[in-house]
Amino acid sequence: MQDVLLVVAYTVVMVLGVCVVVTREPLRQTLVNGFFGLALVLLFVVLQAPDVAISEVVVSTVAFPLVLLTTIYRVAAVRRSADEDES
Amino acid sequence: MTHVQRRLAFFVPAAALLAVVLGCGLTRLPSFGLPHSEYARYITEHAPAQRHVSNIVSSVVFDYRGWDTAGEELMMFAAVMGTALLLRSGRDEERRRPTDVMTSDAVRIAGAGAVALTLLVGLWTIAFGYLTPGGGFQGGVVAAAAALLTWVADSYRRHRAVTPATLVDAAEGLGAVGFLAIGLLGLVVAGSYLQNVLPLGIPGTLTSTGTIALLNAATGLEIAAACVLIFAEFLEEYVVTVPGPTPEDP
Amino acid sequence: MSVYPYVVAGVLFLAGLYGVVTSRSYLHLGLCLTITQSSTYVALVSVGYLSNGQAPITQGRTPGKPFVDPIVQAMTLTDIVVSVAVLALVLSLALLAQRTHGTEDPDRMREVRG
Repeated sequence: MQDVLLVVAYTVVMVLGVCVVVTREPLRQTLVNGFFGLALVLLFVVLQAPDVAISEVVVSTVAFPLVLLTTIYRVAAVRRSADEDES
Repeated sequence: MTHVQRRLAFFVPAAALLAVVLGCGLTRLPSFGLPHSEYARYITEHAPAQRHVSNIVSSVVFDYRGWDTAGEELMMFAAVMGTALLLRSGRDEERRRPTDVMTSDAVRIAGAGAVALTLLVGLWTIAFGYLTPGGGFQGGVVAAAAALLTWVADSYRRHRAVTPATLVDAAEGLGAVGFLAIGLLGLVVAGSYLQNVLPLGIPGTLTSTGTIALLNAATGLEIAAACVLIFAEFLEEYVVTVPGPTPEDP
Repeated sequence: MSVYPYVVAGVLFLAGLYGVVTSRSYLHLGLCLTITQSSTYVALVSVGYLSNGQAPITQGRTPGKPFVDPIVQAMTLTDIVVSVAVLALVLSLALLAQRTHGTEDPDRMREVRG
């Protein structure tokens, strides 16, 4: 049972990691990165590492989405204003 | 050839070589799940008795490998300083202050409760870090999240009022300096830096583990302040994109 | 099962590097760097795992089961929190690059001159 759980957890992490790289659009990639963080948390819990799991939960729930989303919005706004200036 | 194709032409053979090297190396590691580290066996056997600690990972972070943690703290400090420098310098002076006040009462009430609850959970995670899973690193980010929730629940002005720049900068410096100063205490009293020299107390209580408790608190302060700083800098970038016009705050 | 975790770590590492090499935007590049970092976390925590082991907390332990390796967990948890600051630094460089050069595509930036 433990072995099945481990194999499933590792496979999900691998698949989601490759998905994050393959997704090109930044907003969609942020969402997939959220799922990847969740998969990492589950893997760390199955590997009996609660401190690491708490670290990863907190970081991928709070810090990563804020930093990424604000940058995406800002980049889009700058690009939009630059296009307006040109036209 | 485009730039990407040129880079890929270099990357694919290098990646193949790296995959071969990684494969040879990783398959020669001890089998997954078998014990192979003498150091780990020694630590798990002797740490609870030597340091009166329940969370063995926290004794490794703040005591046995405390020097590595000092390096991580300084790394965090330097990265935050770099971020603040980059983002604050590229900013033009005159900026209209956005007034994005949250008007929905349900969100304000739920947000007020959420801020208090998150701050409490963050401080609790920091405080009990050496007894249960948790610690200064994890709890610090949770406490910074509580400050962030004031922006979601109320307005950007309230968030800036709760986290004034001078206070946050000072708190971050204090956390980093506190960590290094407690290490100096060990140097002065026992002759080696970061040695655990305070009384160890009864295992399982908050006053146990000597300097681990103090280093835990200093780390929690520094990580919380560093994360608040990072979030504030990025929020400052974001609120420029909030569309106007902006009426004055009532 | 004895080598699968390290295969997963290797795949994540190479996937992250591939993403960095073929990236068209600094935002995408930053996230692919974090994927490469995550591969090291997976590899470290997998090295420390013991079959039938339990978490290294003495309160509430079940007697008889060994503790898993706490040292690699200590290394990993400090790394995860510091990676936030590193990502913030990379993204602020991307923002500044866009502000000065008007583009966030690393390839188009080399054609822009002063």
